Order: sequence, then C-alpha cells, then structure tokens
Amino acid sequence: MRYNALSILKQGLTGNKGWAPAWREPDPKPEYDIIIVGGGGHGLATAYYLSNKFGMKNIAVVEKGWIGSGNVGRNTTLIRSNYLLEGNQPFYELSMQLWEGLEQDFNYNAMVSQRGILNLYHSDSQRDAFARRGNAMHLTGSGGVMLSEAEIREKCPYLDFDNARFPIKGALWQQRGGTVRHDAVAWGFARGADMKGVDILQNCEVTGFQIDNGVCKGVETSRGTIRAKKVAVCVAGSSGRVMSMAGMRLPIESHVLQAFVSEGLKPTLPGVITFGAGHFYVSQSDKGGLVFGGDIDGYNTYAQRGNLPVVEDVCEGGMALMPMIGRARLLRMWGGLMDMSMDGSPFIDRTHIGGLYFNGGWCYGGFKATPASGFCYAHLLAKDAPHPVATQLRLDRFRRGAPIDEKGAGPQPNLH
Amino acid sequence: MSQSNRIDGGQIDRSRTLKFQFNERWLTAHPGDTLASALLANAVRLVGRSFKYHRPRGIFSAGSEEPSALVQLRKGAALEPNTRATTIEMFEGLSATSQNHRGSLEHDILAVNDLLSPFLSAGFYYKTFMWPKAFWEKLYEPIIRSAAGLGKLSGMEDPDTYDHGYLHCDVVIIGAGPAGLAAALAAGRAGLRVILADEDFRMGGRLNAETYAVDGMDGADWALGVIAELAIMNNVRLMKRTTIYGAYDHGIFGALERMTDHLPDSGDKPRQVLWRIYSKRAILAAGATERSMAFGNNDRPGIMLAGSVRTYVNRFGVAPGRKIAVFTNNDDGLKTAEDLRAKGIDVTRIIDAREGDVVVNTNGRKGLNTIFLNRGRHVEADCLAVSGGWSPNVHLSSHHRGRPEWRDDIAAFVPGGELPPGMVVAGAAAGTMTLAATLAEGHEVATRVATDLGKSGSLATAPRASDEIFATAPIWHVKESKHRAWVDLQNDVTTKDITQSYREGFRSVEHLKRYTTLGMATEQGKTSNMLGLAVMADASGKTIPETGTTIFRPPYSPVAIGAFAGRARGKNFRPTRRTPSHNWANENGASFVEAGMWKRAEWYARPGEKSWRDSVDREVKATRNGVGICDVTTLGKIDIQGHDAAEFINKIYANAFLKLPTGKVRYGLMLREDGTVYDDGTTARLSETHFVMTTTTANAVLVLRNLEFARQCLWPDLDVHLISTTDAWAQFSVAGPKSRALMQKVVDDLDLSNEAFPFMACTTCTVFGGTPARLFRISFSGELAYEIAVPARYGDAMIRAMMAAGEELDLTPYGTEALGVMRIEKGHVAGNELNGQTDARMIGLGNMVSRKKDFIGAALLDRPEQVREDGLQLVGLRPIDQDVILTAGAHFFVEGDPEDMAHDQGWMTSVAYSPELGHSIGLGFLKRGRDRHGERLRAFSPIRGQDVMVEVCSPHHIDPEGDRQRG
Amino acid sequence: MIIKHPLLGPRDAAEFVYLGDANMIKRPEGFGENVEEAMYEHVYLRENPAGEHHELWYHEQGDRSWLVVTRNTLTHEISSVELARDVARRKGRSK
Repeated sequence: MRYNALSILKQGLTGNKGWAPAWREPDPKPEYDIIIVGGGGHGLATAYYLSNKFGMKNIAVVEKGWIGSGNVGRNTTLIRSNYLLEGNQPFYELSMQLWEGLEQDFNYNAMVSQRGILNLYHSDSQRDAFARRGNAMHLTGSGGVMLSEAEIREKCPYLDFDNARFPIKGALWQQRGGTVRHDAVAWGFARGADMKGVDILQNCEVTGFQIDNGVCKGVETSRGTIRAKKVAVCVAGSSGRVMSMAGMRLPIESHVLQAFVSEGLKPTLPGVITFGAGHFYVSQSDKGGLVFGGDIDGYNTYAQRGNLPVVEDVCEGGMALMPMIGRARLLRMWGGLMDMSMDGSPFIDRTHIGGLYFNGGWCYGGFKATPASGFCYAHLLAKDAPHPVATQLRLDRFRRGAPIDEKGAGPQPNLH
Repeated sequence: MSQSNRIDGGQIDRSRTLKFQFNERWLTAHPGDTLASALLANAVRLVGRSFKYHRPRGIFSAGSEEPSALVQLRKGAALEPNTRATTIEMFEGLSATSQNHRGSLEHDILAVNDLLSPFLSAGFYYKTFMWPKAFWEKLYEPIIRSAAGLGKLSGMEDPDTYDHGYLHCDVVIIGAGPAGLAAALAAGRAGLRVILADEDFRMGGRLNAETYAVDGMDGADWALGVIAELAIMNNVRLMKRTTIYGAYDHGIFGALERMTDHLPDSGDKPRQVLWRIYSKRAILAAGATERSMAFGNNDRPGIMLAGSVRTYVNRFGVAPGRKIAVFTNNDDGLKTAEDLRAKGIDVTRIIDAREGDVVVNTNGRKGLNTIFLNRGRHVEADCLAVSGGWSPNVHLSSHHRGRPEWRDDIAAFVPGGELPPGMVVAGAAAGTMTLAATLAEGHEVATRVATDLGKSGSLATAPRASDEIFATAPIWHVKESKHRAWVDLQNDVTTKDITQSYREGFRSVEHLKRYTTLGMATEQGKTSNMLGLAVMADASGKTIPETGTTIFRPPYSPVAIGAFAGRARGKNFRPTRRTPSHNWANENGASFVEAGMWKRAEWYARPGEKSWRDSVDREVKATRNGVGICDVTTLGKIDIQGHDAAEFINKIYANAFLKLPTGKVRYGLMLREDGTVYDDGTTARLSETHFVMTTTTANAVLVLRNLEFARQCLWPDLDVHLISTTDAWAQFSVAGPKSRALMQKVVDDLDLSNEAFPFMACTTCTVFGGTPARLFRISFSGELAYEIAVPARYGDAMIRAMMAAGEELDLTPYGTEALGVMRIEKGHVAGNELNGQTDARMIGLGNMVSRKKDFIGAALLDRPEQVREDGLQLVGLRPIDQDVILTAGAHFFVEGDPEDMAHDQGWMTSVAYSPELGHSIGLGFLKRGRDRHGERLRAFSPIRGQDVMVEVCSPHHIDPEGDRQRG
Repeated sequence: MIIKHPLLGPRDAAEFVYLGDANMIKRPEGFGENVEEAMYEHVYLRENPAGEHHELWYHEQGDRSWLVVTRNTLTHEISSVELARDVARRKGRSK
C-alpha cells in the first residue's frame, strides 16, 4: 500500500478503516539465505538495502522483542556528517546522502529535518581542531562553515554569551545536520523490506549459533532453529552478550547513555546545538520537546537505566549554555545500551567464523549512521567485500595498529 | 461573579481572601486553594486547549496526573510553561495564562484542526508531506512546528536559584496518605530515622478528599493528629511539597522539594531543592490514580474524574458544577453521589455501567451541558464525574525496570517483578484499595522494616477504620458510542487511533505509544495508559496482561531543568582556578584565557598597544633579547618518593630514567599502553629517593591517576609514594639571555655559572634571603631559562619581588600566547600536536623510546600501521608569500591533486607569527614529512576561505642546534 | 550508586572514577619476544559480561585508592569491594 496525500484523503473519508498492516507477521521458515540478528534500525536498514538495492531474496530479520525497541527507539535523533578521520567521514557523508533521499526511497516520512547543527567552541585550540575537522568535511563535500560569536548571537540570542564560565568564541555549523523522527526510520525500513518479502520475525530471540567446524550454519531461537547461509549480527548495545554465544570476545564494552526530553514547548531552537565546554547537546522535536543528552554514565552495564550524577551533569551543561531553560521541566529520561568500542568507532566486518558477520561498536553515534550502516553491511553480505567507505571499519584494526580514534582518548571505551 | 461555586466546608482558610489573575482577569480565592479549585470556585471551566485538535479543555483531575488544565504561571523571566493548575498552590497576586492557542482561548483559530481530524489520524504525518522533496523543510515542517509545543519559554535567564541537598535515613516513605501516615507512625515510634515525603502541600492524601473516619474521628483530622505527632519526633523529617521523582541504585532516591513556588516571589531563597536521599529501605505508599472511561466526546470541560470531584467538594469547598452526573464502573463512583448530596448539590443521574447504563455522547462546545445515554436517553449536566476504577501508582517500583503484574480483582497492575532493592509497597499503591486494609498494611510493612533494621521497641497497634465496599468491573470503553472517544486528553489520542494502530501492525505497547503518541504527554500516561492498553487488548482479542504493560521511567512528575543544575550555572558552572600571580597579573594589564579550570594570563597589554599581536610580539622579543617571566604553576607536579622511585618512574616513561643522577632533570615521554603519546614533561631528581615530575596542565589529574594505577595495581610492592603538589608550589619560568643575571640576584648563595649549574640541572635552594625554593634549568622557549618554584603561599610575593629585582634588566612578564609563539618557533610539541592520536615516531622522538626495558606502552610500538613508510611526521611550515598569515587546521595537498581525503597529505597543527623571523610559521603533520623539507605544498582551508602555498621545513624554526638554552 | 570502600565505608560512586575490567591488573610482560599478541588482547579485548563483573574504580575525590568492585551489570548490585592492591598481590603482582 503506497502512502500519499490521496490515500490519507481516501482513508479519512472512510473512517481510516482500510489501512493495511505496515508489515506482515510471518512464521519463521526453516532456512534463509541471510538471517539478520537484530530488528533495530541498522538491522532493518540492512534488510531493506539487501532486498531493495542488492537484489537479495530469502532474508529474515529476527528480533527478540518488537522491532525498533533498541537504540533506534531511544536516541536523541541527531544526524550529521561532521567527522574528522578518513576512516569515518566518508562513511558518515554517505549516510547523510542516504538520509537526504530516504523518504522518497522508502515511501515513509521519517521527517528528515536538516535544520543544521551548531558545534560551539570556547578556546583557540578547540577552534583549530574544528577548523581541521571542518576542512575534512569539505574534502568529502559535506559542507560546513565557521560562525563568529556575533553570528551565533543572531541565530541563538538566548545562549549565555555574557555571564558564561567558558565564553562562546564561535562555532562550526553544518547546515545539513539535523534530526530525524527516529521510530519512523525503523518503521520505514521495516515496511520497505517487508514489501520485498523480507520476513520480520518479532519476539524471536536468538539463544545460540549453530557453528560447525568454524562455519556458522544458522541460529537457535525462541521460535526454533533457523538455518542460514549467512548470519549477520546487528545488535549494538548487546553485542557482547550475543557474540559471546559464538565464543567471541570483542573490543567493546556495554555502557548506558541517558537521554532526556522536556515537556512540549513552543519552537525556539533552530537546529541542534552542542556545547563545547560541557557534556550537553540539544535539539527540539517537531512536537516541541527539548531533546537532550550528554555523557555516558561511564561504567559497564546492561541495565537500561542510569544514575543521577550524569543527569545533573547534563542539566548543568544545559543551564550553563541556555539559562532560559531553568523553568522548563524534564519530562522523561531513559537509558540506552551502547557498544562502546576501543576507539569510539564502529565495525562492519566478517568474523573469523565462516558465514558469521558482525556490525556493532556504534558507541553513542549509531543513529545517524543507520542508512549507511545498513547499506555497507548489505554490500558486505551481498558481495563479500567491504563497501569503499567502510574499508577501515574492521575488527582487526587494533591488531594492525590502525584505530580510528576521533577524540584521541585511547583504548578506554568510557572516554570516547 | 465572585466564587459562585464556593460551598461550605473544606480545608481552606476563609478568613483571608487572595486575588489572582487568569488571562488578565482578576478573581479571588482563599489560602489552601489550588489554582484549579479557585478557577472552579469562580465557575471558570475553559482553561486550555488540547495539543493536536485544539479542543477546549477544562479541569480533569485534582492532582499531578492532570492532563488538561495546563497553564503558564507567572510572567516575564519567571514564566513557567505547562504548569498543572491542579498543583499550583494559590498565593496573593498569582498570575496565570492559558496556552496553546492562536487567537484567544475562547476563539482559537487552530481549532480548525478538529474539523480535519479524519485526515489527522494516528501516524498521518508518516504517510505524506514527502513531495516535492524540498517542501518538507521549506513548507510542511515549518507549518507543523509553528503549531507544535504547548507553553512558551520566556527566552530569558531563569531568575531563581536552586539548591542541591543530601539526606540520609533508615526509611523513606513515599506518600503521606493513609498508608504512608500509618507507616510513618509505626516507623517513627520504633525509632527509625524516617523521611516522609508527599508531593502535596497538605499531607493526608485521600483522607483530605474523602469523608471516612479513622480511629473514630474524621479522616482529615486524624491525619492532622498523626502529622502533629510525627512533627515532634526528632527522628522523623516531614517533607511536604516534595516529589520523590526517581528510584536509583542502592537505595538512592531523587526528590524535589518546592520551597517558594507557593509564594509571590522567592526572595533570596532557592525556589526548589533537589535532594538526594540515601535510604536503607523505602516504603512506596504513593496511592492510586483514578482513570476515566472512553465514550463519545468524553473530553469536554466539565467531565472530570469522580474522585477529583470529591476532592473539590470535600477538601476545597468547591462545587465543580451545579448539576452533576456520575458515570462509574465501581462502587467508589457511587460514593461521589453521596458526598455531593451531603453538600446539597444536585446529582442529576447516576449512570452505573455495571447495570448496563452507559454514556454514549456528550454535548457542549466549551463546556458540558448534555449527556446522552444509551437507549436514547439524555440528561442535563454541567459536570460529569467519571470513575473507571483506580490504577496503583506503581511508577517508582518500576524504575529499575521491574514489570508490574496484573490483578483481575481490581482490574489494575500492581508492582511486580524486581522492585528496587529495599523497597516495599503499601496501601493503594500495592493494590490494597480499602481504607482499613490500607492503614493496616502501612502499619505492618513499617513494623517489618523496623524489625529488619533491628528496631523492635513496643509498637502501637494499627489505626482502625472500616473497609468500604470496593467492587469494580472491567469496563473501559463504551463500544456503542459512535463518536470519537478520547483516551489521551492532552495528545488527542482516541480509541479510533488505537484500533487503527492495531490494524496497521503497531501492536506492542511500545509501538502503540510511539505511533499514536499515547501516554507521551506531560502526565506520561497516568490517566491514559491503562485505558489505551484496554482498547488495544480489545482490538487484538487478548487479555490486558497478554497485551502488555508499560513501565515508567523517571521522573514521576516533571522536574525543572534548573533544579537538576542547581548552583552550577553561569560563572559557577565549573570551579575557577587562579594562579598564584593572578592578582598581580590582573593589576598589570593581563587578559586571561581558560586552560581547563585555570585562568592563565594570555598577554599583558600595555598602553598604546593596538591589538593582542602588539603585546605578544613585544613579550616574545623582550624574552628572546632580554629576560621574560611567565607563571607556569598550572603544569602538573607530582612528588614521587621511595626507595623504588627511580625504578617506578622507569616503568612509566618510555625513555630511560633509572640512571638519572641526583641534581638533574630529564625530559620524559609518557605513552599509553597502546603506544600513543599520552603526556610529556620533565622529571627532576632531588635526591636518591625523591623525584618531582611535571605534567602538562591538561593531564595533571589524569597522570596522577595512571601513576596510582601503576603503583597500586601493576607493581604493588614497589616502595614508592605519590602526591600531587600542583597547588603546593608556585612556579615561574624565567627565560632569555639575561635570565642568568636575574636569577643570580634572586637565589641565595648559589653559583649559577654554566659550569656549576648547567642545562638540565636542578637543586633546592633559597631565594630572597631564605625563602625555600626549587630551581630547575629547563627551557620550553629554547632560550637560556630557569624555572623557579616557591611554596604557593609565597607566589604573589615572589612575582612582585622578581619584578622588582628584574627592573634594571627590563624583566618582561609574558603570557601563554608568547609562550606558544616561542614553543612553535622552537618546534616543541604541545596539546595541538599531542592530541591522543600521535605516537613518538610522528614527533621525531622514536629513537628516544627505549628498546631495552618494559614500560607502559612498550609492547605495542611496531604494529604494521604504526611503522608505515608513509606515516605522518612533524614538520615546520612557512608561507611562500611572507605576508600570508597561516591558519591551523589547514590540510596539505600537492599542487594539482584533487582536494579529497585520498590525496590529503596532513594538516597544520599550530601556527604563530614569529617576530624573530618576521613572518608566520606553523607546525604540522605531513606524510613522510621528514623527507620532504623544502617541498612546496598547498595549505588548503576552505572552512576559513584560505588556500596558500607553504614550504615544508624543519619544525625547529629557530636555533635548531639548541645553543641558546645550553649557553 | 554507593561503593562500600574497605577503608572509608559507604561512599557515593560520584567520588570515584571508573576504569573498567579488573583484568587490567593482569598486565602481560611488555618487553621481550612475542609480547605483542598478549598485550593486544589485554589492551583491546573485553569479556564484557552481562552479570557479575570485577571492575576497577579509583577514589579520586577521596583517598586515591584503586578498588576492585564486584558488581552485577544487569542489576548494579555490588557484592564485594576490595583494595586493588590486595587483589593485585593475590594475583601474583609484586614489583
């Protein structure tokens, strides 16, 4: 069923009773060519691109709960392609380009809203680092400009310019950055994959891998054994837990990132703003809530909840940056599990086990990567070769001495 | 019209009359009122508009679950959006305005959305606004956004302050209704340290709203008596106006106490205090929230929860209407009619769903006037009291993701799964719905907690009351109703949206919430979640527990962001660290730059200097030609002592340290275990067993942390002890060809000749006639230079004495900018180069790294990508056109190559204007850089609009042999 | 969270800095032949268990002790806290 204004008109006049399910609820088949483990944004995007762009058939997505219940359903909805390093920036630029055509492509309005992202800086060395980064962005055609304090004042007069502990000196601005309605991304990809015959199997938890002589032949699930030629794990946040079933240790720790939303407020913010002197970033949703976040809690956890010190730290950043939000109320806070990798960058790669593939390590930056992650993973699965923009996102990069460490924080996941 | 709906009774102070404003209209109220009760007393029914369809909204409840009556409280910078009229305590001069309408509240032009509602059903926006592509951001989204949101931000700084506080107790009791009071009484009498918190400004919970008797007296009076007894117990802290908003790990609860929200202004006091409560046990006695039923047009002003109607009548002395009907599926609803009649209010009809009577539709555009029943009947009413049963307030029990469990007998979820450790639940929150049982349970769980915690003193018996009849039928949704029936009043989610959501495959509860926005409003589904779940269960043919439950996340009710931030804002966002010479610098024209928490002098402007460059150039020249002084106290200093101190340091640094002689300083390079440069600095050996290590300013704390890790975890038996002395010593760099002459004047009885005190020497000494000091002959500028340290308490005196002593040598203070210029001229790396992505090879120090010992980082130096032939190497850069000012962050390209990542040759890390060379210079990382001196490259910086040619050179722009510093 | 410091009693976790898996104590030899592989595994690979986790916390706002805390990563329950130095010695670390 194609969505458009006409279908809304027609359904509206007939009581909205003719809408079809956005996806089927099939039973598992005994075997698939490709099983994608994880019905989150990245897994569904992978299924979508495999079926829609790489001509693959006989694909299933297995999801332990309901699709979109992982980090695609609990993030701060940011998109941007303002990275620094060669291993990352072309990948995120591909992702941005995919975002830009996504909705027409999968016939679902995910509200891709390129209202810009403002990265504030507060010192000369931060400015220099942003200049290096901004230039790297230009090398991939991602755009970006440096804004002066005066230009920021004009754009966001309510920021603390005059009484700040760390005065705002300028900003890196990427107009193409912005936000996307996160749940709709999962639903759009799911619907698009389903239309091409991908079986989306919800409430189907993987409980083990069938590994035979170093080759993965399928998965054990709560809905029975399902055989597959290729098994593609895509469960960021739970990668440690799932890959341990294949006997693998990863360069990843699981951490919790809290996120926050305020009560609905009349629109004020132009796009995304990130504070350069504290852990705080914020945007405003189409419904009016301030959506904001900051640092991870910093300790290993698989509990999807955090603690108060980080809540306070984030709100301190918010008040230091925008003292007008003091009387706005925090409505809801939640925690998402992050695959924090050893260099802050992700993996899209084969494993040493035949037929078993791994996509994870997205730290707290996975949402913006969703389309490119799916596209590049689909490329790897379909062609058994990494996509050109994902050649560095390999599991062996630490053994080779080639981390992709944007922050220079080193092999300690909670510093990235 | 003055309080035309005010009736007798209630817990308000009629001796005083307060004036307040709603939408600029002056009205009156009494102390003890809420804004909601006062508006009802004044017969104001229309108070707001719903989110999506802009339907008229009135007052629906009497507590923090209110979805409809949201207002903007106060004015100007104190404007507080989305404030529930039902929780605003009345004060003199209160001013509130309605929100979310275009035009007036009565004539909201966005009410047109309601007419378009067939086309605005669940998820409509996901299916359209996609064509043409560019129109989303240009047209559709701006329209949607301009209509979005509820209240406004003031746009001004919040004028109030907020404090943070910390409390410790044996047991925190959440909620001071009957269960909480009974529990507090038992726990308090048993001698436990008790905190009793309640969100209301009057403790007692439903006892204030009902007409039940406890221990033979009126329930509200009994509550007053208990509160009085608790108030005089030293071991009990009563916290009214305090919301426990979250349950965190290990018995920590977050609480928000509203200190001045009930006053006309805060004065000098904090508006709110955010408490962190550390408890051994918690008793959740948060009561229950009544829910509505879904029937046609059930959202009109005048349609209220039945229990809230009783609250207004009994507690506030207000009749919410003149002709009130009751629609209920349980006995509790019937109680409403009794209470109303007892006050002489006309009850026009009791509609008991259990007897097959239901409301199918209502009428009244801006307020209810007619109710239509099944079988073609109708009844006049301006208020309809609805009771669909009660849902226990399980919220805090599920903050650790414990899943509530269904109970058929009360048709509700009760706390279940894994509760936060130490938490027990009592009263209505536990599903105990009748008064006597609630009181008994509160008493009983507190007694158990007391026993658990080792208190067993004589415990009085539980308060007594009779149990009222409580029978409820699971009736949620009037299916014969053909009209839109609201589930979520604020977000305008109707039963049709839920069935459509089911039809479209959004069947799990989380999908339902996200697709329809059910329960995402400011009350987070307190009044709507259950109903939505029931409608979904109905659509799917499953039971409610099969359909699911939703768990609640903190906060229980929304908390001001300012409260979380507390005092950490503005200048106090983070601490400020000042160097020992700060006051002196301030007196001498310094401007300051942030260096972490530190403020450092960046330059000292003199009269007549037009720009910072004038000052910096002068400071550099004066230092290079004469003598300059710079406060370098901010560098980290770690005192290292012990018999194994040398061995310890040798394991830390990548270069050899074991044989550093006493009285000498050595440059040390510190790596991470992955081989990357972590920090650098100098370490001086003051004696066989005593070293002083310096670190960069940024890493002072981190290096000590790592050293402690190595000392305690890796080599626990080494005899070595560490302490940070960063703040203990004021340290100054004295640099320039005349620095020896100056220092010779400063130190007492010490020969500073090159032979006696050569480059990299160190010693303890005294200065200015006996002040203890440490002297190091080290140089960051590349000049003949010293660093002199005195105990920090002498720092201010020291700089003044130094300046006096240096007057005849024209001693010039220099700041961090001149320091930066000189280190770039000299080719020393700093933070821009040592950014955590750099290894020793890149900065030309590969040979310094020892291959003869184990140290942190020793094993991971030679992985294939680390030894690439085309690796990045530090180089110097100078512009071909000497008038060009270089900028950091430019990327290098071979002329003619395309400007893309594949052809990227490196980047400019640091730049400065060199007064000595008379042009701009830079440092940078360049692929195979050391082999490319003399090559011309593009320094390409599109972000700054610069594209210039540079020549690669040695990073040592001046004095590459180092003669000056050794001289 | 609250960490029961073996010397100082219960302390808010905010006083501490977290490092990670207590296996960091078991640093392999960094000098000699073929040390790279063991160090690679030590530095980069993690068990990352969902359940009991031995982990290092540093009392930076306190006495600067490194502690080994045994904490459940699913529930955050802490079952034991020891001085890291004691653990290190028990694991055979010395000089």
